[in-house]
Amino acid sequence: MSGATVAAAVPRTRRRTAEARRKAFLITVANHSVAIALTAAFVLPLFFVVATSLMTDRQMLTHDVIPHPFQWRNYIDIFKEEPLFRYGWNTFVYAGLATVGVIVSSVPVAYALSVIKWRGQRAVFLLVISTMMLPSQVTIVPLFLFFKHLGWVGSLKPLIAPAFLGDAFSIFLLRQFFLTIPSELVDAARVDGANQFQIMWHVVVKVAKPAIAAVGLFQFLYAWNDFFGPLIYSLNNDKIWTLSVGLQQFTTIHRGVQYNQQMAASVVFILPVILLFLIAQKAFIEGVTLTGVKG
Amino acid sequence: MSPWIVGFFALYVYPMLASLYYSFTKYDGGKLAPRWVGLFNYRVMFAHDSYFWLSLRNTIWMVLVSVPLSIVVGVGSAYVLTKPRRGRAFYRTAFFLPTMVPAVAAAVAFLFLLHAGGPIDRILGFLHLPQPLWFLSAQWSKPGLVVIGLWGIGSTMIIFLAALLDVPTHLYEAADIEGASAWQKLRHITLPMISPVIFFTAVIGVIYGFQYFTEAYVVGASIGGAAGSSSSSLGAPQGSTLFYTIWLYQQGFEAFHLGYASAMAWILFAIVMAFTLILIKSSNRWVFYQGGFR
Repeated sequence: MSGATVAAAVPRTRRRTAEARRKAFLITVANHSVAIALTAAFVLPLFFVVATSLMTDRQMLTHDVIPHPFQWRNYIDIFKEEPLFRYGWNTFVYAGLATVGVIVSSVPVAYALSVIKWRGQRAVFLLVISTMMLPSQVTIVPLFLFFKHLGWVGSLKPLIAPAFLGDAFSIFLLRQFFLTIPSELVDAARVDGANQFQIMWHVVVKVAKPAIAAVGLFQFLYAWNDFFGPLIYSLNNDKIWTLSVGLQQFTTIHRGVQYNQQMAASVVFILPVILLFLIAQKAFIEGVTLTGVKG
Repeated sequence: MSPWIVGFFALYVYPMLASLYYSFTKYDGGKLAPRWVGLFNYRVMFAHDSYFWLSLRNTIWMVLVSVPLSIVVGVGSAYVLTKPRRGRAFYRTAFFLPTMVPAVAAAVAFLFLLHAGGPIDRILGFLHLPQPLWFLSAQWSKPGLVVIGLWGIGSTMIIFLAALLDVPTHLYEAADIEGASAWQKLRHITLPMISPVIFFTAVIGVIYGFQYFTEAYVVGASIGGAAGSSSSSLGAPQGSTLFYTIWLYQQGFEAFHLGYASAMAWILFAIVMAFTLILIKSSNRWVFYQGGFR
């Protein structure tokens, strides 16, 4: 608004404010309309998935939106038809152990790359970063042959063991966070005679809990959602299939039919991570933000 | 450092050297040792493998379409989130929710949502918009996959949201005093200020875009109807969802042409590096770092 219009408006201040208030109100309405429309675009697909998972075979092919009746039996049926408990347990074992592995192996590395200062540190850090850029396809064939040689193909071990050797993305994220820890805290502990391990455990880990939580969440989700790894190492042994492989095989066999059961199986797969997200949303969003801003 | 050093050699250095070696051999992973064939695999790939070229074309299409689109939609939805004074946390949760859906589940969900006469078709019909055949048509299968990707845009959006909220408000106030339009503010303040984040997103998008696998594999297998191994239905419909990594997977882990798959992996690496370098080179023309800005 230029000075001239403001001057002209002075005699009519009352009307102006009413008009400004009306304008502000309209802008608020417009903002919320756009936000609500986008909410619909993001959430409606999930709604359709859940609704269809509760429909009868007949109803799922109609234009109905709300299940009538709610056929909860679909969920019992898929648990009978497919060993979902076993898939779920396998997925949980993989995701849980990989998360533990990544945290216990990445925290010390991130600590060595941030809190301690040493020669060649920058070069090593760049090396860690550069491994993130390497397509996994470049290493997959020799790794597969290596695990086959160990007799590990057809088990979850090739998926879990590498997690205990550190994960570049987690190291990167933790390091960025460790760098923000005030050096006075570390120095004070050192003056008190704490060794490196004690400093890491009692000072850095304590302060960095949110970042460690975020890294753990990311790793858990990565493993929970992972498809390529389980596909390569477990396809020949359905005893160790994860939910992702199980669901993929199920839908390929039942393609184009029994959408209700497919959607019910998908809900079983999706629900745990959605709940995890709703519980740990704050740590999660902060973690995502950290990846981008410090990147 | 030691776990990482062991990991670095066991998971990167040795496998890289080994796969480079395998790429010059013929090897099926069995008892027979790898047989040295020189550049044979690379020659076959470039001169005789039409699936290689098809998968490369599909993959480049996907990168060129989905990386810019996800930046536009990511910035757009983040921008929408900066506006409402109340309810931002609610909208953010809603926008982010689909990002939590595992890739396989998202692909399965959209196989249903986008099937002919399915929910999305009905919405499009209600809005009097055309209803393409999506995954049943070779022209629309990739756009269908793009839709799945955009649905899970949450992480990109959150990063852009943080960047947008970081732009100092005094810049906008100064622009307002000078009578700048909304477009001018977007063009000359917002975009330059968030350009480092756009750049970061583009680099990550290119690196992962070339490794695009899961959603396309699930959709292709379901449409083609092969549970397990059958290359006849690969990339269904009509090869339109045959992406680079899917052809590599088929060659390596279904046909057990491990030498050929290794060669493909190294070419993939080279392509990814080339695209990333082009991005980095171009970045000093359009990326503004805070220090250089004012």
